[in-house]
Amino acid sequence: MTIPLIEVRSLHRYFGAPAKPVRAVDDVSFTIQPGETLGLVGESGSGKSTIGRTLLRLIESSSGQVLYRGEDLGAASASRMRTLRSKLQMIFQDPYASLNPKMRVKDILGEALEVHGLAKGRDAREQRIAELLELVGLRPEHASRFPHEFSGGQRQRIGVARALAVEPEFIVADEPLSALDVSIQAQVVNLLCDLRDRLSLTMLFISHDLDVVEYLCHRVVVLYLGRVMEVGPTVALFGQPLHPYTQALLAASPKPDPEHKSEYAPLRGDMPSPVNPPSGCVFRTRCPHAIDACSTERPALRDMGQGRFKACIRDDIPQVATAQERYTP
Amino acid sequence: MNPSLPPVDPLRLDVRNLSTFFDTDEGLIRSVADVSFSIRAGRTTALVGESGSGKSVTSLTLMRLLSRTASTQVSGQALFTDRAGSTVDLLDLKALPEPAMRRIRGNEIAMIFQEPMTSLNPVFTVGEQIAESVRLHLGLDRAAALAHARRMLELVEIPAAAQRLHEYPHQLSGGMRQRVMIALAMACNPTLLIADEPTTALDVTIQAQILELMRRLQRETGMSILFITHNLGVVAHHADEVAVMYAGRIVESAPVRCLFASPRHPYTQGLLACLPAQQRKRELAAGAMAGVDGKRRLYAIRGQVSSPLAPPPGCAFEPRCDQARPACRDAMPALLSAGPARAARCILVAENLFDATDSA
Repeated sequence: MTIPLIEVRSLHRYFGAPAKPVRAVDDVSFTIQPGETLGLVGESGSGKSTIGRTLLRLIESSSGQVLYRGEDLGAASASRMRTLRSKLQMIFQDPYASLNPKMRVKDILGEALEVHGLAKGRDAREQRIAELLELVGLRPEHASRFPHEFSGGQRQRIGVARALAVEPEFIVADEPLSALDVSIQAQVVNLLCDLRDRLSLTMLFISHDLDVVEYLCHRVVVLYLGRVMEVGPTVALFGQPLHPYTQALLAASPKPDPEHKSEYAPLRGDMPSPVNPPSGCVFRTRCPHAIDACSTERPALRDMGQGRFKACIRDDIPQVATAQERYTP
Repeated sequence: MNPSLPPVDPLRLDVRNLSTFFDTDEGLIRSVADVSFSIRAGRTTALVGESGSGKSVTSLTLMRLLSRTASTQVSGQALFTDRAGSTVDLLDLKALPEPAMRRIRGNEIAMIFQEPMTSLNPVFTVGEQIAESVRLHLGLDRAAALAHARRMLELVEIPAAAQRLHEYPHQLSGGMRQRVMIALAMACNPTLLIADEPTTALDVTIQAQILELMRRLQRETGMSILFITHNLGVVAHHADEVAVMYAGRIVESAPVRCLFASPRHPYTQGLLACLPAQQRKRELAAGAMAGVDGKRRLYAIRGQVSSPLAPPPGCAFEPRCDQARPACRDAMPALLSAGPARAARCILVAENLFDATDSA
């Protein structure tokens, strides 16, 4: 086993008053190997964005550790963190909010280069900016334009170029597609795939779109109410989900195929409040397979073999037919 | 089979050549141009398109909810058949003046919107908001209206309805708010429900609940639904007929199974091909258990939608179309028959390049 590029150890992030905290992230651990794309899926309020931001210390964790190549990011000084940020970058969800409307594209990209002391000198910088724009499928003459002159898909390309400007090893992509139209999403997915291969990037891909995660990620972490429900390699997890929540999530996502019939009854009720989560397993209030024991003990993330983990005490849950089984001839 | 029954359900709404133009300082914006589609009684027609394709403007035009200050130019017909069986043109301001339209809105045609928080009034309890519409349309007194509101909340499966009746929208979750919106829309038992992206702001497990609820209500009341969405997964399972819009025009219309089985218009083909789930299906069908690495590419429609201020001279999709030919630039193609009960706006259809006999 190689040393993971990123290791998250029992990460917690609570918000609000210490007496009655919102448990946004509650004891989450996972690793990301070099070159791997890890998908982080869950519904709103599951803590996926909070984890992404905590990883890069855009917000501080309440407890727990994030290790980058074995180095504890939480213990890094401000200047050390600044150096490390050239290796750790982020692509944000909303390309309309994440680019400064008053800055030209060359200044947006140039700022990143300047802060990290890369491509010094005017000619070198201009050349690097032109390179970056071509890398993400824009033209060099776009450098002197302002963000409002671009469409949503093009803006997201600028966001990608900004993240890549400092030659990072690791990128957190926080819902990079959800603000884009379907036909534009495919362009950006291809761009991310290409860049990942060409620059051997490691990625944490945060998304609620299960189809894209299945397409793009090597392994997947499924979150619910700030806790990890299931971890596994993508093909295995999507083909045969072990946790009842993963099963429900996959079944609820409508496939673009009228012939694909799901026998599944929708989950009942809403996600409970993270201020007052259920005892034991947080999913038990909506779980169709919940038993009395689920309310007493908090299920540990158990090793199920072949790189699969699940936080569920039951091993006798019937399998659900997934889309993949149906499509397999 | 009873031979006296009509072969198909009668039309609830028949939209013919609907156009909505906005006169702006920058020029005339053709938001909706020459749109025709129909909804049968008890059935669901989906309007599909990306942002800016004109699907929401279509629904607002039908409801006559466009702002009067927007200097709009509306033309065309929208023949609506009410529950008594009489047909009116929703867009005919003379035959259907505002007071008459107000009786149709809410009573015969109801609407639910994407964002349930902004479409509910934050300073009234949800019970008062539902009661208001039944007081106006059904003439019930306060107590009876509130009792009706409570039955409506029970109808949309809101737990502890009696208590929720007196709560404000901010006290409810997103899914609950959308249920309240549906209760509000269903309060006068409409014959047509216009649902404009009703589940876009919701999580998938909540989306599944809301779609199931809408399906159940349609089964029980026999209402028609105009379902406006960009989500092809939802369309596949919840629509009977589909109309695909691009740049303000319908580019293809077909029964749902035919559309997904054999899309005719290059835009529809591209839209379906670029979904990761479809790519996955193709890979699995090809027998390849491809990993996520390697030289995989998602089909992508290149470029982006042209500006509505400078539309291309011919087919609006031509600049992005892989099958475009010089003739595409000459004129906007007409919506041509492309097989039984289906049509496509593409000259390839005119040249009979598709086998018109196959249908799913």
